[in-house]
Amino acid sequence: MASAFEYAPAPESRSVVDIAPSYGLFIDGEFTEAADGKVFKTVSPSSEEVLSEVAQAGAADVDRAVKAARKAFEKWSALPGSERAKYLFRIARIIQERSRELAVLETLDNGKPIKETRDADLPLVAAHFFYYAGWADKLDHAGYGANPRPLGVAGQVIPWNFPLLMLAWKIAPALATGNTLVLKPAETTPLSALFFADICRQAGLPKGVVNILTGYGDAGEALVTHPDVNKVAFTGSTAVGKAIARSVAGTDKKVTLELGGKGANIVFDDAPIDQAVEGIVTGIFFNQGQVCCAGSRLLVQESVQDEVLDALKRRLSTLRLGDPLDKNTDIGAINSAEQLARITSLVETGEAEGAERWSAPCELPSSGYWFAPTLFTNVTQAHTVARDEIFGPVLSVLSFRTPDEAVAKANNSQYGLSAGIWTEKGSRILAVANKLRAGVVWANTFNKFDPTSPFGGYKESGYGREGGRHGLEAYLDV
Amino acid sequence: MPTTAPAFADATASDSALRRFLFGLPGVDAVGLEARAAALGTRSIKTTAKAYAIDLAISMIDLTTLEGADTPGKVRALAAKAVNPDPTDRTTPRTAAVCVYPDMAATAAAAVAGSGVKVASVATAFPAGRAALDVKLADVRDAVAAGADEIDMVIDRGAFLSGRFLKVYEEIVAVKAECGEARLKVIFETGELSTYDNIRRASWIGMLAGADFIKTSTGKVATNATPANTLLMLEAVRDFRAATGVQIGVKPAGGIRTTKDAVKFLVLVNETAGEDWLDPHWFRFGASSLLNDLLMQRQKLSTGRYSGPDYVTVD
Amino acid sequence: MSENNRLGVFKTYKLYVGGKFPRSESGRVYEVTDSKGQWLANAPQSSRKDARDAVVAARKAFGGWSGATAYNRGQVLYRVAEMLEGRKEQFVREVAASEGLSKSKAAAVVDAAIDRWVWYAGWTDKIGQISGGANPVAGPFFNLSTPEPTGVVAVLAPQKSSFLGLVSVIAPVIATGNTAVVIASADAPLPALSLGEVLATSDVPGGVVNILSGVTAEIAAPLAAHQDVNAIDLTGADAALAKELEIAAADNLKRVLRPQPVDADSASDSEDWQASPGTHRLTAFLETKTVWHPTGALGAAGSSY
Repeated sequence: MASAFEYAPAPESRSVVDIAPSYGLFIDGEFTEAADGKVFKTVSPSSEEVLSEVAQAGAADVDRAVKAARKAFEKWSALPGSERAKYLFRIARIIQERSRELAVLETLDNGKPIKETRDADLPLVAAHFFYYAGWADKLDHAGYGANPRPLGVAGQVIPWNFPLLMLAWKIAPALATGNTLVLKPAETTPLSALFFADICRQAGLPKGVVNILTGYGDAGEALVTHPDVNKVAFTGSTAVGKAIARSVAGTDKKVTLELGGKGANIVFDDAPIDQAVEGIVTGIFFNQGQVCCAGSRLLVQESVQDEVLDALKRRLSTLRLGDPLDKNTDIGAINSAEQLARITSLVETGEAEGAERWSAPCELPSSGYWFAPTLFTNVTQAHTVARDEIFGPVLSVLSFRTPDEAVAKANNSQYGLSAGIWTEKGSRILAVANKLRAGVVWANTFNKFDPTSPFGGYKESGYGREGGRHGLEAYLDV
Repeated sequence: MPTTAPAFADATASDSALRRFLFGLPGVDAVGLEARAAALGTRSIKTTAKAYAIDLAISMIDLTTLEGADTPGKVRALAAKAVNPDPTDRTTPRTAAVCVYPDMAATAAAAVAGSGVKVASVATAFPAGRAALDVKLADVRDAVAAGADEIDMVIDRGAFLSGRFLKVYEEIVAVKAECGEARLKVIFETGELSTYDNIRRASWIGMLAGADFIKTSTGKVATNATPANTLLMLEAVRDFRAATGVQIGVKPAGGIRTTKDAVKFLVLVNETAGEDWLDPHWFRFGASSLLNDLLMQRQKLSTGRYSGPDYVTVD
Repeated sequence: MSENNRLGVFKTYKLYVGGKFPRSESGRVYEVTDSKGQWLANAPQSSRKDARDAVVAARKAFGGWSGATAYNRGQVLYRVAEMLEGRKEQFVREVAASEGLSKSKAAAVVDAAIDRWVWYAGWTDKIGQISGGANPVAGPFFNLSTPEPTGVVAVLAPQKSSFLGLVSVIAPVIATGNTAVVIASADAPLPALSLGEVLATSDVPGGVVNILSGVTAEIAAPLAAHQDVNAIDLTGADAALAKELEIAAADNLKRVLRPQPVDADSASDSEDWQASPGTHRLTAFLETKTVWHPTGALGAAGSSY
């Protein structure tokens, strides 16, 4: 956007975060090397700069961590809930204190804009711990009977799109209910989980209650299939989710899966158009579209399609893509070369299948992994870009004529995680929301999250809910 | 310029046609609107961008005194400040205008003569607007005759809130006709219209009726310009130009007191209506104390030191 | 002619699919005997195609049944209890024969089964209140979580408790608006097949409950792998079959209710069907949907809504 009013660079200072050249695994309260001494590098996706070298966990490390968690379980689960609560409150407050540091760290390791880590990720992380802290001594009142018991050791595997927030979603309810855990962050974003280990240390959390293993998919697989793990919690791809579901068959492991999506964002002709356009942008370009609940399918009523698309393109042209640490950046880097390749390939498929591509006119930095905000028009249900999760800043636009058609198209997906509805007519919101097969429906808003609000999918988007009272059930023997 | 843009000539053909048109505009979701305004408010405007924004904001101010206690002396002092905002730094831009009551328009005109600073005069029984149409028109005539370059009228909120939209429209048309060469700013008193849907409808009435500017408020009620209502009006002028080719200005007034606030409004302009509006001809701030804060920030940028109230003039 | 000399009229037991009573499309039947090995009847031996047809019927019924009001579903379930009450004798006879119970014990089981319908009839319009609700989010939004039925549920009825256990697994599935494809106890299918006749006369729309008899594993395998089945209740599976079905169910991430406990000896039902059932069988087949909407800020300064 060439304007007389060019915003000067406004970078957030990197000096608030001190990244060590190397990190170990966090097992039983200590940082240790991997048993086989393996390490891997984590890079900043916006610059490809190596940020640190971290230990690469293998099966032996998983076993050690599960043993530590098992050992810690007895005392931790026997603590009065009110004491567990205070640990969690401590953690919440330390996160608030260190939120700027963690926001910068997350932006460096993940590539998402500082605006998002600062204003969305970190406040939600702290809020999640604060919320579940309060449950720890109130479980008798949660609707699962008197004195509900924890499950034991939880094995948790989280993705790279919201590293610290997904950690919070996993760890806060697990600890509040009296479980101990072993958590594996994604290999491209290991750092914030390791900083969280330090927060556990500052909070005085007993050793072995939280164990953090950095590593690849093999470590995740070893963790979820470990025979002494009682609970598996996974957020990530549907393909891996299915593999996990198979691997726990015949065991008594409790499982929750939060997987992919292809959310329909439905814009009716009586929508508040300007806010709908903002909601479309938030829906698919928040976190570069690397969001399981992204509104990646825009279903727009044919009678307002041109108006909405013109407004959308105009709005996308104002998005600022670039240095994620710049406070004015709207669109950051794609998390990894691998993810960029996947997005690129799906977009090529979209073009090859005849969908019409439009990308925002913005200059991409020369190093790092970048993809311009993109939309496809003339998309039908049969196009790959209308069916497959792209997990990138790519919106597929489809049209509809009637509410029935909108609902039918929205539900015509293997997924069922999120959906959006834009209309000023109250009864239509309720009727459509009622018929959508999706775990979260945002009406006249999109991509809103809150610790009190249950989140999770229908169909192949997974099962179980995270957040709210519902989120407790996943970690209780009920 | 035609008073009603041809594209929408039918809209004002009758009271019922106008009502249908206004109620056919897309609704406004308050939370979404406010969230967007707040998000734009988090833009970080530093160094060169800030310097640009401060000078632009100064050049967009309608430096205003609208008090019962206004005197020729007070108005002359204000005019002097408008022409020469910072006596210690002659590179400081002049404000866009001084804004006064009609009976002070002649004084103001004499004081700013030859400087390029415009004289804006409120009129139409400002701020309540509760007078007969011929009284309002006489008010406008007086101000124009006294040398006002711009007229800031108030709409009949009573008529608007009771659904007599065509009356509101026709009154603006009549005032516009009385303005002659003077540019017309139409004040909605957004705080009294109360809802964003009403503000959008009022914006369209004003634009259809030939306003040169649409303006939030008089500064005389509890709620005046806010980022959200200004954003909404910027969307309206953006959409109106897209539909008709006619560009209309926006003036938030009242409650904007700090540089930080002013810069946020400029970000709204930049990212909503676009850079064509980043010009005193198309965007104004109705303000008084804002100027001194802008001047102090300007001094800070040029000297590196924080300034203080004793280093700007009190008028 | 005295009654003793009268030749009885046998019943041809049939499947219950889509509100109709078909034979197995395979044309197969198998012998059903009492606990002492005495022949009772021939039951249809369902095939994978019968399973497929049942899923089609259950899917077709899902929209209407899940869209019915909770009050209406409650009345329909209560109607089932009413109908059963009038046909108690038949079920006492079938249960006694199937499970080798004395007449009085069988009568107690049938009474409990009828009461179970009444229990679940009362739940239809309450489960939403206890498992959903408003969430106090930190922002200007109305946020409501509501439980919704997950869809078509395959139910492996318990092998031993041919009637009380059967009712205890069917009623909670349909109470919340799901539709069911039920595999009856392989050895004791007669009460289940007779239940189909009761359901058909109880205002339960056709297709809401579909009942298949036959070899459990043969019918269950295609259901567990079926991409249009949303959930599976493995109660009637032994440990090996349960594991196999759970693996197949992962293909479309069906919700799985494992046998309780998972390593239950297949020779005995591990659940105490007489115990108060609680709500877990209701919630096992519910999805939580959370809807957000802006509220605006009524009464705040300025234009706010």
